[in-house]
Amino acid sequence: MTPLAREGGIALIVLALLLGAPALFSSPAFEDFIIRLSALALFASSLNLLVGASGMISFGHGMFYGFGAYAFALLMQRTALSLLPAFLLTLGLTALAALLVGGVCIRLKTIYFAFVTLAIQMLFYSVIISWESLTGGDQGLRGGIPRRVIAGLDINHQRHLYQVCALLLVVGLFAMRHITASPFGMTLRMIRDNEARAAFLGIPLWRPKLAVFVLAAVFAALGGVLASLFVSGAYPELADWPISGQAIFAVMLGGIESFLGPLAGSAILLALNDIFTRITEYHGLVQGGVILLFALGLRRGVLDFLRRDRARGEAASR
Amino acid sequence: MKLEVRHLTKRFGGVAAIDDVTLAFPSGSLSAVIGPNGAGKSTFFNLISGAIRADGGHVLIDGEDITAHGQAAIVRRGLGRAFQVARFFPTMTVRENLMAAVAAHRGQWGDLMRRFPPPGASPRAREIAAMLGLADSSDRVAATLSHGDQKLLDIALALALEPKILLLDEPTAGMGPEERARMIDRVQHVWSEQKLTLVFIEHDMDIVFRIAERIAVLCYGRLLAAGTPAAIRGDPAVIAAYLGTEVLAP
Repeated sequence: MTPLAREGGIALIVLALLLGAPALFSSPAFEDFIIRLSALALFASSLNLLVGASGMISFGHGMFYGFGAYAFALLMQRTALSLLPAFLLTLGLTALAALLVGGVCIRLKTIYFAFVTLAIQMLFYSVIISWESLTGGDQGLRGGIPRRVIAGLDINHQRHLYQVCALLLVVGLFAMRHITASPFGMTLRMIRDNEARAAFLGIPLWRPKLAVFVLAAVFAALGGVLASLFVSGAYPELADWPISGQAIFAVMLGGIESFLGPLAGSAILLALNDIFTRITEYHGLVQGGVILLFALGLRRGVLDFLRRDRARGEAASR
Repeated sequence: MKLEVRHLTKRFGGVAAIDDVTLAFPSGSLSAVIGPNGAGKSTFFNLISGAIRADGGHVLIDGEDITAHGQAAIVRRGLGRAFQVARFFPTMTVRENLMAAVAAHRGQWGDLMRRFPPPGASPRAREIAAMLGLADSSDRVAATLSHGDQKLLDIALALALEPKILLLDEPTAGMGPEERARMIDRVQHVWSEQKLTLVFIEHDMDIVFRIAERIAVLCYGRLLAAGTPAAIRGDPAVIAAYLGTEVLAP
């Protein structure tokens, strides 16, 4: 069986399980968790297209998550577009924005790239705060998202929103997996491993770099759209720099070398958040402590740790 | 293909690293570039391959001026190079390294429609590995290879581009005598098999005088002399500046 068929099969099985789960056990808490997870996991995995797959460490990736949320909420509130066209237009607009931002950033290396992306995100955040007539300023876009119907599903119902999120999560992750496993994905890895050698194999570096920057932004916006549906609007926090930090945490926690690392990291981060907010008001402190333990104890993401452990076990038994 | 430089000049600050060098490497020749440390040998290669821009002069491949071209364009024009410190993709296996290079050479680096490797990349990668004696290490992660094999892999990556001109920057650097002999065998083998115009930088004079058809001597950025090994051996300027007298003995 080809890897494509195998991974496609796994994706279909997972999707069937997720869609079938509510029929077996009805748990609003689980559905709520998956809805929030889908947004964060798509966002974190998209960041890992840059960090893990290409070695481009962005501190400002959250701007595209916020851009997706705002663009989608605005299109739904200000135009008469129905959900699907608004959704697709949002992704298109994000690609355009990423083309502009990427055009500026990708020429820069390492820490300069990281800080310029961060600076542009902070600029974007300031625009959201100041442009009150369009964005609602620090109050955000309130008033909900109208016409929440897609393919006969009324996603005012949590169950339906859950189904849409599960579908987009699985499809989005599968698409990103395919990107990293394609010849293009291998080109990104060449650039990550040794940029000078890649250039000397005749690869015009800026093209794959800009392409992956735009692709990662579009997947981040996909997460942003789901977040916007979940919170029924868009808020400045969705575009502020700590949101970029959250994705970086999820990536580091889950592992940058394993494709599903960011998904695992997102799930751990959300679960920690849910547990600690319930038992203590100092949840930030406890959460930070746990992340620190992971970082110092494992020195890599959870999935990377498990994988390497298994590889070592196999080597030892040989 | 014939490689030529005319009045090539590069300054770093006030220092001329390459100073008005004019030199030709005929098609299919095997040439060495020698000179003391800091003579500008690596800068010379960097200028030819487009890694850095010249301040003056021209680089020509088969008479066509490529001085203003970028690295990628020069690679497509048929020039490949290996580096003093081997450059390869350390997290990939040898096979993956070569398949990725072959895919890049065939213009498939941006292919999003299929899984890696693209069809045809694998047999070609096997061919190249065999040519350099890396077939047995195909499944090893490149970072774990011996120093000598890493240098061979670097050359193998350059060969994946099917170059007509190949620049090797100190192929035997940091190697013991046995590894050196194996490397030189491989280099000669590749040169004769692929009918390349091959230029290499080398510090080991035994190797240089044994295998090179032509030798160019650089000293403080200037071309001191160029010609056959016999002519270089007898050149008074070269002896004074670089070789000393011991080489004259045999």
